Amino acid sequence: MTLHKSRSGLTRRQLLARSVAAGAALVVGPGFIAGHDAAWALETTSLKPETMATLVQMARDIYPHDHVPTEFYVVAVKGYDTPEAAGGIEAGIAALDAAAQGKGFSSYLGAGWERDRVDLLRGMEDSAFFQQIRGGLVTGLYNQKAVWPLFGYEGESFSQGGYIERGFDDINWL
Amino acid sequence: MVAKFDQTDSNVVVIIGTGAGGGVLANELAQKGVKVVALEAGGRYLPEDYVNDEWESFGQLAWLDPRTTSGDWRVARDFSGLPAWIVKAVGGTTTHWAGASLRFQDHEWKALTTYGRVDGASLLDWPIDGAEMAPWYDKAETKLGVTRTGDRPGLPGNNNYKVFEKGALALGYKEVHTGRMAINSLDFDNRMACQQTGFCFQGCKWGAKWSAAYTEIPAGEATGNLEVRERCHAARIEHDDTGKVTGVVYFDAEGKEQRQAARIVCVAGNTIESPRLLLNSASAMFPDGLANSSGQVGRNYMRHVTGSVYAVFDRPVRMWRGTTMAGIIQDESRNDPARGFVGGYELETLSLGLPFMAAFLDPGGWGREFTTALDSYENMAGMWIVGEDMPQETNRVTLNSDVKDQFGLAAPNVHFSDHPNDIAMRNHAYAQGIAIYNAVGATRTFPTPPYPSTHNLGTNRMSENPRDGVVNKWGQTHDIPNLFISDGSQFTTGAAENPTLTIVALAIRQADHIAREMSANTL
Repeated sequence: MTLHKSRSGLTRRQLLARSVAAGAALVVGPGFIAGHDAAWALETTSLKPETMATLVQMARDIYPHDHVPTEFYVVAVKGYDTPEAAGGIEAGIAALDAAAQGKGFSSYLGAGWERDRVDLLRGMEDSAFFQQIRGGLVTGLYNQKAVWPLFGYEGESFSQGGYIERGFDDINWL
Repeated sequence: MVAKFDQTDSNVVVIIGTGAGGGVLANELAQKGVKVVALEAGGRYLPEDYVNDEWESFGQLAWLDPRTTSGDWRVARDFSGLPAWIVKAVGGTTTHWAGASLRFQDHEWKALTTYGRVDGASLLDWPIDGAEMAPWYDKAETKLGVTRTGDRPGLPGNNNYKVFEKGALALGYKEVHTGRMAINSLDFDNRMACQQTGFCFQGCKWGAKWSAAYTEIPAGEATGNLEVRERCHAARIEHDDTGKVTGVVYFDAEGKEQRQAARIVCVAGNTIESPRLLLNSASAMFPDGLANSSGQVGRNYMRHVTGSVYAVFDRPVRMWRGTTMAGIIQDESRNDPARGFVGGYELETLSLGLPFMAAFLDPGGWGREFTTALDSYENMAGMWIVGEDMPQETNRVTLNSDVKDQFGLAAPNVHFSDHPNDIAMRNHAYAQGIAIYNAVGATRTFPTPPYPSTHNLGTNRMSENPRDGVVNKWGQTHDIPNLFISDGSQFTTGAAENPTLTIVALAIRQADHIAREMSANTL
């Protein structure tokens, strides 16, 4: 499984021509999903690409941050693309799709409004699968150093001598 | 010259744990010429080793041995295997503590007398009082270099403090300042002043915050009277047929069972491990565990009435910059039953980094209600509640015979449920905290539930009458004269203040007592 930060050999036009929209991601072909802007692409090895695309959307629906690009959610869940984890994830996503179909949608990704998808998630909130994904995201998403600047968080400051001369008391609106 | 004592040397004092209690006691005894072997379950980490990254540091320092929880506290649901956030390392939780160093108020030594009987609470007066402790507090404040004591100035206030102070003053609070902190505001004791770096909870990389790891322990070792055996986990305390303790069996760094003989044993493994060790030391002579004729070992577990209030504003605060606990409001620490509860509470600023905020703001929370709070992380301010909780006999540490640790020893279970007084106090504090931030223009506030416990108290409590507790006014067990308790588990009641200064003061006092009794050959 490889996450490509940029395009993986495909031009944006080729990629878009070959892809099917799948929520936050595009299913490009067997074993391959990508961002709508082709800024990232992911090859899956154990999960079906549609499953990974649904999982990425599910992650975004659990912890939606509109200013956080999808690639961070991909990083947060790509660890499930292993032979050991794949069975449970495929079953969990299948259950999620079945629940969506029970509500008249074609699939989880077929529910266009976030509120409809969130309703489906609320219905399985106590399941081990949901809690596995949600619990994993707490560190998988928010402990990515690269995501911190998007929230304004600066991380360690020791290497810069702390904030004693860099604004520990610089609040100016009180 | 670091000492090395023979394992059969039955003249040494064995101290289990090297934190605020054990680490201070070890150094104080060593300075007086007493030979000490300190057994420390964790490894040795110094400022250059500390990591300013919340989860990585947690993995480095936190006590993560198997533990279980029960009771109606939310920690048992959200963090069922992590009742306490404390440290397994040389220096113990003094690596992690925020540095707040407050004396008990006089009336808090006499909780039963002051508050009267409270249904469901096992309140008791301490057998000591503020006058007895005053000189020991003086010594403790000097040792720790506490700001706003002696001639030491306070720390400067950071952004988080400025928001807190402005709201507090708007509400009419008077006792509002940047705290009495064991964090250097000026160079002191060959340690530099605070650089406002944040990450106080992850170990101070400048050494500006007092920690036993780089003060007491090396000072004790330099005397040649202290040997610290790190990564040595005490398994049980042994005794002879007269009922006096004779030594400690422990597992060394390789997991091999060892035994150290002892003239005196002092237990300072923090409030969960200390009663666990006494209970795991049960023998034919002491079938309920050592020093447990009262049945009080493990009972009266206290954790302070805690909780946090975070608030979001329409402009940036950047609360993570600078000292984590950067200021205090003390007006609510008085005992004023007209508020609907006995005892009082302190409000202290607190901040968490983004990773821990995601884990602790509303554990289990998800969806936009949760994520829009984190979207405003940069505009957030925060405070922590520290109040006196009611001791209850049913809140207790017991052995969980179904769960074993890595050495095959029964794991501790921590059972805790709030007393109605605790709930009333927390709700009052939430309302005050919210009002403080609203007075500065908060657009949204979050009454955040308690984290896993950092203040763990009371499970070997001090009592005048041996029937009511485990140790006497010296921390000496009522049942066994050469067995002492030297940590926060000896607290009779918790008071409203952060406990470390009192643990240190009690340890200095206990060292004086033990050395005197040893000289007189009465121990």
